[in-house]
Amino acid sequence: MALLQISEPGQSTAPHQHRLAVGIDLGTTNSLVATVRSGNVQTLPDENGNHLLPSVVRYLDNSVEVGADALLHAVADPANTIVSVKRFMGRGIGDLRVLGSKLPYQFVDADKAVPRIQTRGGDVSATEVSAEILRALKKRAINTLGDELQGAVITVPAYFDEAQRQATKDAASLAGLNVLRLLNEPTAAAVAYGLDSGREGVIAVYDLGGGTFDISILRLHQGVFEVMATGGDSALGGDDIDHVIAEWMLDQAGYTQDPEPRLARELMRAARAAKEDLTEQSQTGIAIDTDEFQWHGSLSREQMNALIEPLVRKTLMSCRRALRDAGIANQDIIEVVMVGGSTRVPYVRDRVGEFFECEPLVSIDPDRVVAIGAALQADVLVGNKSGEDMLLLDIIPLSLGIETMGGLSEKIIQRNTPIPVSRAQDFTTYKDGQTAMALHVVQGERELVSDCRSLAHFELRGFPPQVAGAARIRVTFQVDADGLLSVHAREENSGTEASVDVKPSYGLTDGEIEAMLRESIDHAEEDMQTRTLREEQVEAERVIEALDSALEADADLLTEEESQTISAARESLVLTSAGDDPEAIKKAIVGLEKACEDFVARRMNTSIRKAMKGHAIDEYATEDE
Amino acid sequence: MAITVTQAAADRVNDFLANRGKGIGLRLGVKTTGCSGMAYVLEFVDELNPEDEVFEDHGVKVIVDKKSLVYIDGTELDFTREGLNEGFKFNNPNEKAQCGCGESFTV
Repeated sequence: MALLQISEPGQSTAPHQHRLAVGIDLGTTNSLVATVRSGNVQTLPDENGNHLLPSVVRYLDNSVEVGADALLHAVADPANTIVSVKRFMGRGIGDLRVLGSKLPYQFVDADKAVPRIQTRGGDVSATEVSAEILRALKKRAINTLGDELQGAVITVPAYFDEAQRQATKDAASLAGLNVLRLLNEPTAAAVAYGLDSGREGVIAVYDLGGGTFDISILRLHQGVFEVMATGGDSALGGDDIDHVIAEWMLDQAGYTQDPEPRLARELMRAARAAKEDLTEQSQTGIAIDTDEFQWHGSLSREQMNALIEPLVRKTLMSCRRALRDAGIANQDIIEVVMVGGSTRVPYVRDRVGEFFECEPLVSIDPDRVVAIGAALQADVLVGNKSGEDMLLLDIIPLSLGIETMGGLSEKIIQRNTPIPVSRAQDFTTYKDGQTAMALHVVQGERELVSDCRSLAHFELRGFPPQVAGAARIRVTFQVDADGLLSVHAREENSGTEASVDVKPSYGLTDGEIEAMLRESIDHAEEDMQTRTLREEQVEAERVIEALDSALEADADLLTEEESQTISAARESLVLTSAGDDPEAIKKAIVGLEKACEDFVARRMNTSIRKAMKGHAIDEYATEDE
Repeated sequence: MAITVTQAAADRVNDFLANRGKGIGLRLGVKTTGCSGMAYVLEFVDELNPEDEVFEDHGVKVIVDKKSLVYIDGTELDFTREGLNEGFKFNNPNEKAQCGCGESFTV
């Protein structure tokens, strides 16, 4: 008979309707799956008792290996064995070329938007590779839980943009997983410690993984985790700690050559073992015995601390920068959550505790804490908890907006708005007879579109021609619970519609994502000035355009002298608007409008006379007269 | 009338209760749903109802409502592992037949 789990009071399910849900930590180096069973949250091991699934996929002629099996071949078969695929998620071919010189993969340029990697089993995209990892975890979960999954919460780094989130979601649907929602990794870690129902305040999440370091500053306010700042180093992690220890061993042995790959691996293994020993002990013995290299020695915790001090200092510098970005002081942090296997090193814990002036949270296995938080969230979302458990909200990390005249960004949804959210704004046409409008969706805090990130272009076409400013175009931005955006435009007078789901428009480098917020602060004043200038320039252009079309129609209403005055004022506006003084442009606009006053009045009269021609004056009498 | 709990099941229940941080025991019961007539209920208990009977075995309080008791009297609750899956199992002497999936039964 089927095996049963204990439910919360009153939450028993009917047979075959178990609300099974998992949390998945889709990591750069390792991935995990966790679930809540009998009220107990746990990560799920494979047949051999391993909880961590190496995020490695190897393509063979007709099959695919995932995890430890694939990892074994990473050295021997690098071209077909894909490691750290997370770094490529949602990235364009241009970004990959930058990384390219160091990568063993052959990228195919066939489809510009989505670069594909050439393997023995065919060309694959980063999304497809991630899907293989998710598929393996899904299979493990189904084998363990004994039934189909209703859904999964998948974690992503807080700095992932729309394109990277969409790519992650696409990978899940390829793997046949229903994504309940994407959750930021630091948020998941905070949830695992139950901080979402705890004291409101600012939390730091220090995540030192195998190959990456991330620091996130979150603010918990009314059940919402707001990402205040993120930072880190995409090439710093536990592997670097092993590396400095290995270097030290070579030094001690007086070995000066470059070690062979096999010796290098052996050194790294010994270094890792020594590091792990020193978590519990204050001294450890090391013995390396290969054909070309023999060395016996011992390493004390103090010695190791001295070796890794520069690395730890580097992470703390990132922390300091993140705090500065968030605009808060060390003492404002109420909790520090430790994530990633490397935070087991006592020296790391001590230094982080000293830096933030509070005892870091370490009671949950730092390798599993993100998956555990995701599983807890999945359990709530799938409905296994009673109503008192609040649904956790996320926020939009960067403002979303559209491009308006003059290359300015009009923000429709401000950053830090809780999601899901829907906001609309009305726009109008700029030229007489305009029947189409190009919409450019952008992300970022800067005033100029050229400084923001372009997400999508689309067009609203085929609305009836009207005079400039008469069309009413309502643009609606909707962000779902996963942070994915759809934009909808509708011309209200005619009902013409167009919409776009923000599909990955790849192409943002690591530094850019993190730098975007900082830049918007650094350039705030300059941006404001540029914005004012552009606004005046657009206005000048509009006035000139209107004047020109009026002159074309009614030039005969002007005397030669009037015509010269207007023409001079027009020239002066054209000249000043090419400059960079918004005040001068404003004055020139006023000047031109003044010069045109009589002309405008005369046109008005003429057109009224024209309209009334052939009608008796009493036809215009109003009813109440 | 009695319900028993194996040592393995008792250990798990106590772990889960400690982990959950609240709850006085474990509810065993039946619901009249499922493809074959009845389905088992297994829930944490935070408060007792007037019609509940309480048994204790291996340090675990087992709570059963009187209506369910007639269907599961004499049941031994066990905890087992099948491959990667693990969970609780009702060894119910009243059970006459199970549906193919084993999630519901008839008496």
